[in-house]
Amino acid sequence: MNAPAQPLLEVRDLAVHYPGRTTWLFRQGPPKKAVDGISFAVPRGKTVGVVGESGSGKSTTGKAIIKLAPLSAGRILYDGQDIGALSNAAFKPWRKRIQMIFQDPYNSLNPRADILGILSEPLEIHFPGLSKADREARCAQLLADVQLSPDFLRRYPHEFSGGQRQRIGIARALAVQPELIICDEPVSALDVSVQAEVVNLLQDLQAKLGLTYLFIGHDLAVIEHVSDHILVMSQGRIVEQGTPTEILGSPREEYTRRLLAAVPKF
Amino acid sequence: MSAAPLLKVRDLGVTFRTGDRVTVASTDVSFELAAGEVLAVVGESGSGKSVSALALTRLLPPAPACAVVGSIQLAGRELTGLSEAELSKVRGKDIAYIFQEPGTSLNPVYTIGFQIGEAIELHRPDVTDRRAAVLAALRDVHIDDPARVADSYPHELSGGMQQRAMIAMALACDPKILVADEPTTALDVTIQKEIMDLLARLRRERGMSILLITHNFGIVANFADHVQVMRKGRIVEQGPTDRVMGAPSHDYTKGLIACIPRLGQRRHRLTTLKDELKVS
Repeated sequence: MNAPAQPLLEVRDLAVHYPGRTTWLFRQGPPKKAVDGISFAVPRGKTVGVVGESGSGKSTTGKAIIKLAPLSAGRILYDGQDIGALSNAAFKPWRKRIQMIFQDPYNSLNPRADILGILSEPLEIHFPGLSKADREARCAQLLADVQLSPDFLRRYPHEFSGGQRQRIGIARALAVQPELIICDEPVSALDVSVQAEVVNLLQDLQAKLGLTYLFIGHDLAVIEHVSDHILVMSQGRIVEQGTPTEILGSPREEYTRRLLAAVPKF
Repeated sequence: MSAAPLLKVRDLGVTFRTGDRVTVASTDVSFELAAGEVLAVVGESGSGKSVSALALTRLLPPAPACAVVGSIQLAGRELTGLSEAELSKVRGKDIAYIFQEPGTSLNPVYTIGFQIGEAIELHRPDVTDRRAAVLAALRDVHIDDPARVADSYPHELSGGMQQRAMIAMALACDPKILVADEPTTALDVTIQKEIMDLLARLRRERGMSILLITHNFGIVANFADHVQVMRKGRIVEQGPTDRVMGAPSHDYTKGLIACIPRLGQRRHRLTTLKDELKVS
């Protein structure tokens, strides 16, 4: 069915515009163009990195793919099928195939649920046939997959460090056995030593499970390290894309050069 | 430099007490800061780097919730044991602070100009034209349109501009020491570079000392004369930046430096602290 060359995800002319502020006499101001017509492809089993400054539209791009941001124009092709125009109900089966990991591990876990509850929820939705015992066994395995002790199932998010919480966030994303994970600044809030561990974990999981990543970040060195292909975004547009060697070794655009020059070297 | 250091800290320790539980936030912290010098303090979260800096002017909860021991001498004057009223004259006037998130350090319901004016009123009572002093302070941090910024509320400014306003406020009273606690962590790299360049220039122009708390070794390498590495409340290593970064003597320092991915040096796998220290 799939030609091997078909990318897992293909985005064509994606735009996310928010309505402008209403000014006097109900006149509408100009729309805010968070993402303004971008196209890129994510090949199966690879990592595409997205870098840009705050407000560049990199996070909005990730959110638009899983319907957390409204699509104004463009097509999102997942495995050849257009998923951009689907209703929320029709999109549900794709939520099983596309998952997301968020930046702030402190705010992305429900503080009132124990880890078992947090990991069980996606299983209840997407694998309703699982028995309670099977579900618990699966949750324990998920913790093992992210190198945490299964004893943690009965504990609550506040008992964990930032790095451990991010591992739990990764385990939750893995629960439904997705193909594509959108990683939205997954290591930006972590200490460098923890950052290295989480990056290594994500790469190990990719090798083991054949995962595909869209990896959003602002740290050029991290993006260079994880990516097979890099998109540089600014003001809602992709200013340049290419392999890490091309982007870092011989950037064509002035914006990319400026971004690279701002990173303190040592 | 054989002159007496501007700031001399000996065996500083900070302990927090909640109920019966005692937490040692930092202990045996000793260092010196010369006039015009930049000293960087690096370490992971929870290493005690911020708490030691806050302890300098006792910006910490009152006793018995928090106890500070040791000696802090500013230009020969002992700061520990000073009354709250005496310390409030040191804060801002001699030792000023800027913090990580300028948005949360500024009061959202007052204009930038009002807030800078407040600091000037408190520490420089002889100033008669406060508006002019505020505009001068903003101009000093290279803001081109000081009047507009002075009349703005914090939310109307970008993160970089907010941090400039914070720096203007901190410098309005011409402090001897600026404590910059992760001043660029919340900012984009291009804005980070502008702020660090600004701090470097202000230090040159004013001969001000900077105690720079950061976890970014790139900033340390480009900006600091000396560096101290903290872990679990203690200084594990300190010395001239070139020496500590070029030939770290402590395994923890080596490990911290090794786990940072660097531009243009792609590796198959990132080094972790565990690889370096062979313990968890």
